[in-house]
Amino acid sequence: MADVRLTVNGAAREGRCESRKLLVDFLREDLGLTGTHVGCEHGICGACTVLVDGEAARSCLMLAVQADGADITTVEGLMRDGRLHPLQEAFREHHGLQCGFCTPGMLLTALDLLRVNPAPSEDEVREGISAVLCRCTGYHGIVKAVRAAAVALAPKPG
Amino acid sequence: MSERWIGKSVKRVEDFRLLTGRGTFIDDHPPVGNVHHAAIVRSRHAHARILGYDVSKALAADGVVAVITGEDVAKETKPFAVGVTTPVHYYCAATDKARFVGEPVAVVVARDRYLAEDAAELVEVAYEPLPAVIDPEKALEPDAPVLHEKAGTNLAGHRRLVYGDPDRAFREAEVVLRERFRFPKYGSTPIETYGIIARWELDGVCTVWSNFMGPFIMHPLTARVLGLAENKLRFIVPPDIGGSFGIKTSIYPYIALIALASKHAGVPVKWIEDRREHLLASSSGTDRIAYREVAAKTDGTVLGMRFKWLDNVGGYIRSPEPGCSFRPTGNFVGPYRFQHLEVDASVVMTNKSLTGPNRGYACGHLYFETEGMMDRLAEKLGLDPVELRRRNLLRPEQFPYRTPTGGYYDSGDYPATLDKAIGIARYDELRREQAKARAAGRWFGIGVALAVDPSVSNMGYVATALDPQFRAKPEYLPKSGAVDSATIKVDPLGRVTAILGTTPQGQGHQTIVAQIVADELGLTPDDVTVVDEMDTFTRVWSISSGTYSSRFGSVGTSAVALAARKLRAKLVDYAAHLMERPVADVEFRDGAVRPRAGKGPSYSVKDLAGRAHWNTESLPEGMEPGLQATAVFGFTVSKAVDAEDRVNSSNTYGFIAEVMAVEVDRQTAAIRILKYVTVHDAGTIINPMIAEGQIYGGALHGLGGALYEELKYDEDGQFLTGTFMDYLVPTASEAPAEIEIAHVVSPSPLTPLGSKGLGESSSMTVPAVIANAVSDALAPLGLRITELPMTPSSLWHLIRDAQKT
Repeated sequence: MADVRLTVNGAAREGRCESRKLLVDFLREDLGLTGTHVGCEHGICGACTVLVDGEAARSCLMLAVQADGADITTVEGLMRDGRLHPLQEAFREHHGLQCGFCTPGMLLTALDLLRVNPAPSEDEVREGISAVLCRCTGYHGIVKAVRAAAVALAPKPG
Repeated sequence: MSERWIGKSVKRVEDFRLLTGRGTFIDDHPPVGNVHHAAIVRSRHAHARILGYDVSKALAADGVVAVITGEDVAKETKPFAVGVTTPVHYYCAATDKARFVGEPVAVVVARDRYLAEDAAELVEVAYEPLPAVIDPEKALEPDAPVLHEKAGTNLAGHRRLVYGDPDRAFREAEVVLRERFRFPKYGSTPIETYGIIARWELDGVCTVWSNFMGPFIMHPLTARVLGLAENKLRFIVPPDIGGSFGIKTSIYPYIALIALASKHAGVPVKWIEDRREHLLASSSGTDRIAYREVAAKTDGTVLGMRFKWLDNVGGYIRSPEPGCSFRPTGNFVGPYRFQHLEVDASVVMTNKSLTGPNRGYACGHLYFETEGMMDRLAEKLGLDPVELRRRNLLRPEQFPYRTPTGGYYDSGDYPATLDKAIGIARYDELRREQAKARAAGRWFGIGVALAVDPSVSNMGYVATALDPQFRAKPEYLPKSGAVDSATIKVDPLGRVTAILGTTPQGQGHQTIVAQIVADELGLTPDDVTVVDEMDTFTRVWSISSGTYSSRFGSVGTSAVALAARKLRAKLVDYAAHLMERPVADVEFRDGAVRPRAGKGPSYSVKDLAGRAHWNTESLPEGMEPGLQATAVFGFTVSKAVDAEDRVNSSNTYGFIAEVMAVEVDRQTAAIRILKYVTVHDAGTIINPMIAEGQIYGGALHGLGGALYEELKYDEDGQFLTGTFMDYLVPTASEAPAEIEIAHVVSPSPLTPLGSKGLGESSSMTVPAVIANAVSDALAPLGLRITELPMTPSSLWHLIRDAQKT
């Protein structure tokens, strides 16, 4: 067993788990953060994507012990002051989700994309979110939502 | 006038919880304490006799509380009822033999999933490998290995259905065309896999939480398998299901298996399927070999068709199969007028995984073949494919239309819908562009596909699989129907709650129900709380309940509208009594009961709720106290299959017309979609945003099956596509950037709101339209697509071979 101390959504958290435990299982089972979903456990579907020290990472391809000392953001940490993040708002506005199962991974992947490229073209959005599989939406609403969020998040002139 | 909400793109109430990580999916669900975890041991062999098990090492492993094997399954459960008379004993795990790679053979229950998986590796199963067969034609050869000795054949079922006089149609035909098609085995792979928590209590009640989507006919089937009375088996479905597209119908054998594991372990048992298990052994559509013939006149009039199908259902036939052949019985003829049809349907068992409903259930297959034949006929006769279809389409004055196979098309204007698609696509301009492109040596093609889009399966269709002589026996009980229920109640402060027994998987039922109730009761959607968590102990349900076959938009919404109207009628009666007026003199308008004419007090829903709950003395004599109404809506057009094999297999029928333009890259054979137009007639559209989302999603499922997705096996039955690196799901980069969507609205006369289903939508047309477009692009090479998926490599080989000759 190993101790894991990390920051999740701005709060210090700790737990004790087997060293083979996946980060996603640790988040869900030990920390009760069930917003991060498991879709394939082999790093393709992207549903389990979280931010690790600000960068998108598959929490099914990482061990909890590897995240010791890291700063993690999960979907539960996106709201601010009880309000949806502009990206979440855009997903709602543009019907960027149906069943909602891939949505947490999609949101964090899109957030990472917008951090690296704040004004992506449609093709760049499509390529950026191709790291996450969605079977409900045909991606149409998601692409619209990410592009709308890019506009909403852009620094206002003046 | 209060605002109308039906027809508006109301934002979804589901979104807030799903966007913030606060959904309640099965794996998030902690309904009981002391939950232990299951890992399933699966066959490595495609076909093998099971000689014995040694579970001693697994039982001794850390944290393990129980191990069950096929021996326990054989002793303590019954086989599932199957939809054919062939003796196929399908248990929830392998008992005598394993018949496909991945078939469950044992279950280990341990303190956590990690330990359960450790111990699963210690279960020893002795096998005697047997030769395997995966091709449905080879499986019917005399020397093929037989999967089920008791059946003595791999043919699970066979029906020859004859409508009209097809032999005469073919005799009198001026043109006869034949073609062989192959449709691939693919599944919609919801991103949330199967999940079950079962608790077998000592008092004899077994409660199962799972992401089962219905139909709830599977509940009595499962109870029988477990030896439980139906009212001792409780199915609960959490509010959120992470996609399904038909696939989660087929979770029910695992429900029996995990329930049995809980009985043995004496603790609640949870099993969450992993992705490899899902690809190996959940469910998919069938792979089908089809031989098609069309008989026509030289003016393009189709006289008749012959379908010969071999549907591959895998190692066992699992209910609701053989729906793979018969689900579209009523719409076998699609949107066309021809009257003579022969269907020769063989359902074949091979050493592949099992099949079941997958979005578009059997209709993707049907229209890929039919629309392919229509294009071949057009080419043969030198007619434009659109013109050929026009000459055969049902005319608007023919509705409601009884098809030769028993379907009852409730409403539609097929020529207008086709015209709309042609207009939006600027079809003539596309043809001119194509001529230029071809002159420049480019492979540019245009495809057209039409489909009657059936919604709300009539449970009676499955009996088409049985011989009429069998159905004529006195002990045979005919089957028919499709019902849904809803309860609406008003609490003492006038707040409205609607309670459903559906199992949404992302279709936004809560939003849509709030819109309907708001309209019926003069409220806003925000005023209405919608509870949508299925529970067989508390909901009003029937065997057809669930969310499948595009049901909700048609039957579910109807139940909600009826319940609201029932409640409204009670409010009117009550208010008339309070006003001391005849009921005929008052009406429900703008959220209150008011006098039809003249002045006088009005009573809002809130006023009436307060009085009715707090002062039952104020109710008129004979009125039942309480303000709630439950409605069960069923279709009177749902009838059992008749002696001539005619059946109205669905209840409402929409229509789809599509045009697609593609270019095939001359170097790489990659297909680029240049234009894609889809026009739907699904009657009244309740929420256009949600409808559009269904169409985009359905189209991408169709595209996945047409271009990328296939559950593949080698000749020995070993599985080749066990990860998402091998089984290719389209990403955002493969999805069409823009789909031009339009609607024609022919309200259904059978539903209170005029709505029909739309959920399967373009999943059933895209394989046809893109195959036709690519065939058109490659026409200069003399090529026509007969097999899917058209992966770049398969298409490249096809083109290279054509160029050689």
